[in-house]
Amino acid sequence: MGTAEMTQPTTTQAESSPPPLEPLIYELGAPGRVGVSLPKTDVPEAPLPEDLLRSELDLPEVSEIDVVRHFVRLSQLNHAIDTGFYPLGSCTMKYNPKLNEDMARLPGFALAHPLQDPNATQGALALMYTLQQWLAEISGMKAVSLQPAAGAQGEFAGILMIRAYHLANGEAHRTKIIVPDSAHGTNPATTAMAGLQVVEIPSDANGDVDLDKLREVCGEDVAGMMITVPNTLGVFETRIQEIVDIIHGCGGLMYMDGANMNAMLGVAKPADLGFDVMHYNLHKTFSTPHGGGGPGSGPVAVNEKLAPFLPGPIVTVIEEGDDDTPPLYGFTMPEKSIGRVKAFWGNFGMLVRAFAYIAANGAQGLRDVTNHAVLNANYIRARLKDVYPMPFDRMCGHEFVCEGRWKDVEGVHALDISKRLMDYGMHPPTNYFPLIVPEALLIEPTETESKETCDRFIEAMLKIAEEARTNPDLLHEAPHNTPVGRVDDVLAAKQLVLCCRPIPEPEA
Amino acid sequence: MAEWKTPEDLKYTENDEWIRVSGNTARIGLTDYAQDNLSDLVFVELPDVGDTLTKGEVFASVESVKAASDVYAPASGKVIAVNTALDNAPETINSDPYGEGWIVEIELSNPADINDLLDAAAYAKHCASRA
Amino acid sequence: MTYIPHTDADREAMLAAIGVSSMDELFDRVPESLRFPKLDLPDGLSELEVSAEMRGLAAANAHAGDYAIFLGAGAYNHFVPSVVNHILLRGEFYTAYTPYQPELSQGTLQAIFEYQSMMCALTGMEVANASHYDGATSLAEAATLARAHFRGKRTKIILSPGIHPQYRAVARTYHQGNELKFVGDKGSATIPDLIDMLDEDTAMLVVAYPNFFGQIDDFSGLAQAVHDAGALLCMVVDPIALGLFKSPGELGADIVVGEGQPLGIPLSFGGPYLGFFATRKKYVRQIAGRIVGETVDKHGRRAYVMTLRPREQDIRREKATSNICTNQGLMALAACVYMSAMGKHGLRRAAELSYHKAHYAAEQIDALEGYSVDRSKPFFKEFVVTCPRPVAELNEYLFDHWGIIGGYDLGQDYPDRANQMLIAVTEMNTKEEIDTLVEALRDPDAHIGHEHTH
Repeated sequence: MGTAEMTQPTTTQAESSPPPLEPLIYELGAPGRVGVSLPKTDVPEAPLPEDLLRSELDLPEVSEIDVVRHFVRLSQLNHAIDTGFYPLGSCTMKYNPKLNEDMARLPGFALAHPLQDPNATQGALALMYTLQQWLAEISGMKAVSLQPAAGAQGEFAGILMIRAYHLANGEAHRTKIIVPDSAHGTNPATTAMAGLQVVEIPSDANGDVDLDKLREVCGEDVAGMMITVPNTLGVFETRIQEIVDIIHGCGGLMYMDGANMNAMLGVAKPADLGFDVMHYNLHKTFSTPHGGGGPGSGPVAVNEKLAPFLPGPIVTVIEEGDDDTPPLYGFTMPEKSIGRVKAFWGNFGMLVRAFAYIAANGAQGLRDVTNHAVLNANYIRARLKDVYPMPFDRMCGHEFVCEGRWKDVEGVHALDISKRLMDYGMHPPTNYFPLIVPEALLIEPTETESKETCDRFIEAMLKIAEEARTNPDLLHEAPHNTPVGRVDDVLAAKQLVLCCRPIPEPEA
Repeated sequence: MAEWKTPEDLKYTENDEWIRVSGNTARIGLTDYAQDNLSDLVFVELPDVGDTLTKGEVFASVESVKAASDVYAPASGKVIAVNTALDNAPETINSDPYGEGWIVEIELSNPADINDLLDAAAYAKHCASRA
Repeated sequence: MTYIPHTDADREAMLAAIGVSSMDELFDRVPESLRFPKLDLPDGLSELEVSAEMRGLAAANAHAGDYAIFLGAGAYNHFVPSVVNHILLRGEFYTAYTPYQPELSQGTLQAIFEYQSMMCALTGMEVANASHYDGATSLAEAATLARAHFRGKRTKIILSPGIHPQYRAVARTYHQGNELKFVGDKGSATIPDLIDMLDEDTAMLVVAYPNFFGQIDDFSGLAQAVHDAGALLCMVVDPIALGLFKSPGELGADIVVGEGQPLGIPLSFGGPYLGFFATRKKYVRQIAGRIVGETVDKHGRRAYVMTLRPREQDIRREKATSNICTNQGLMALAACVYMSAMGKHGLRRAAELSYHKAHYAAEQIDALEGYSVDRSKPFFKEFVVTCPRPVAELNEYLFDHWGIIGGYDLGQDYPDRANQMLIAVTEMNTKEEIDTLVEALRDPDAHIGHEHTH
């Protein structure tokens, strides 16, 4: 047992400290072991350029059973949608249909090379074209690009498009993007990446965009504004059209962060509200799995004005079909495209899953999704509002925010409540976002959770509120029932052990 | 509600830096309020000796596990000393923000820069208003 | 079909608790004139109807399961051990979220830490992040790091024309809003030519290893020259090649990026893929994307956690190193499982097989009348063939008559390479397939007009 010596020791552990949950893969196996079998060489061997070859390859030496047991055991340390409730606000942790996994793995999708002759991949192209159409319809927009690999990339494409639009109109002085202080961190980060300036405006006492402040900053140098609808508090701003009019009035464009589309399907179309561009998060609204941090997919949808600027290539109809023959699809670069944002066409495997989801739901199904997402959120809100301080007591969308603290209870914070919730077998809600609510707990149940699950969550939250008064240490020391307790992230940042392998010295 | 230390002999900025002037030189650091809000610091990015500071501009940054913060120059000048001990012990800013936790020492290029800074009482009020 | 569990009784009870009498009332805040628009979408379907429809779409695609494939150019048909898919299908992995709560996500966190470690070992670097969207965006982020490193004082990025054309396009798209200039890749500059371009304004020089044409360039003197100029050296690499060839770390690289799709990820018509990013520890605070570090929990037990978080968008906002949030987490897991199963010996073997088969194919094709293979430099699994007729024509013929997906038409991206085909050969191509390809190329005119079964 044991592999090559690790000259970079892992965290110094006291004699009495409990053993690791699971060894590192490098700590398993034995010299000479391999986890696969490859065929013999069936061609004459060509001479290898010896002076170019490496002498050491420091990868594990484990057999297949080691690999399987290791990763299965690791998986068992995770909480996931498939194991329990996951009310993470702004993430839309809805059930990930298994059909979608099977569809993505069909050989015609999984084994198709992106650079094959388009004539031989018309099935993939038809799927993409149809999905483009569906996403355009849901948003009310005119054109869609499926290329961005995640919401943040969709945002980036959207802001680059706004910038390119103004440049094309000879308005290079428009360099500012207005962002509310309640915005998701990707919004200002995206703006900076695009070389534009962030102008942050405060929310008013109701958590809505402050219209007076908005009018103040609106001017000739404004390129546009980014907002989320419903907003990051989960509330639909009733004055949304006024906001759009103010920005359009000074010549700016409106960008909608589509992270909260789960509250909008069949209820309102962003284009109808006046938005010029938006992005979708397929891994939120359209059920593609989160994968422990991706892959996602962030298509952008735009109106007529911005359609020529879409990132590309996008799928278009090259030759119209008729009753007997389907159309011929191909890839086209929009005439004033901001360019490619990634290699190839997009996260196709995620597009397949979203396609399956929309095909299964249909128009009525999608409306039901939003109906029940909003029903679940308001139900939990109604049952918790007398126990958890709620900054804004209004009908919410698919999520709502409450404070994780009480005026009459010292020293209990949102973090403690979150950690204690883990002991009840549930993943905590989003903590400390949006920034405008102190000790925020942003709760989003999604539509795939039953009333019983919602009730269990409500009971747990009520119990924790009681524990906060009678036995606060239960919260401070939580979680007690998880594979590890609270971790020392200060130590992690200071000692920075990011790799467990020794690094060979570079050759002279 | 914590009470934050605000030594009388220092001047302060609204961005939570302090400055201690002695003759033509001055020492600069972060206040008790700042370190309390940042919590355990894990990293400090320091300028080099010889660098020029411009009043109101960023010259250093500090990082904790949950935040990163820029440090702004309360006055202009040339860096004559840097507290390199912070490289290995950034938490000194937390434990002794006005003493061992100093960040840089500069030669003032314009002593009048400190005239519009806050005194201890004004700064204490500024902290209380944000609590 | 929907996945909504509510019954009428549930709805009634819940609406009552909220204090409204109908679902529509939940949306009173939405402007009335815009509320409840029609969605012009097909009706929903049952699972078996969706399945039938999608099987039809999938069947309309040619793919590597049915055709011999010699197409690479940034996406490769490499061997994927069956264990990879089985691990990826565990719901605890693929339905989990980003590991922001370490107590509930040690599985994901440790797997990412192991992935980071393996990428460091492979590339000879000291730290790797948890992934970017793909190789192209990893390159774009390397340019971002170079820009931040020099605090905007150096604005030039030298790109070798041997880097994948799409990668260079993406780097330019990413930086269209700032002052960075990308130079060097419009013609056919050699490594010495690129070195001549170095000056005080150069932030970074980027080469590909192997290059887009499959070749291993001679990098002697490159790292020295780049560092003498005070700039950073970035290498875009193929990870399977690193099973055989010296690591970029050994060659003096400062940043290593590339496409991880060959590491256990299917072709999937171009995505999701895996951008890897590795560098020296001194640049760690300027890296974009998630990084997992080792620590202990309050009982002293070894544990893993996302670290250096203040770099990321949710904390640093407009000062973040990048806006990246969701990355390609599950693909990093795939690569981790792949590299564990293949291991030190398996990866070397896959690389050797690719090398030998590619060289066998190259030799046989070079011997054909009218064809000429570029053997001017060492190559790995891809090589360039100058053909006696247009590549598009040849590929149509290969596909229709022989059931072969042919190589990449280089003339699309490089105007002086008309009639040049980039052929990729991996451990998945049998000698029989290669021999058939050679036979097919030998005399197309003899076959056109005759049917072939394959």
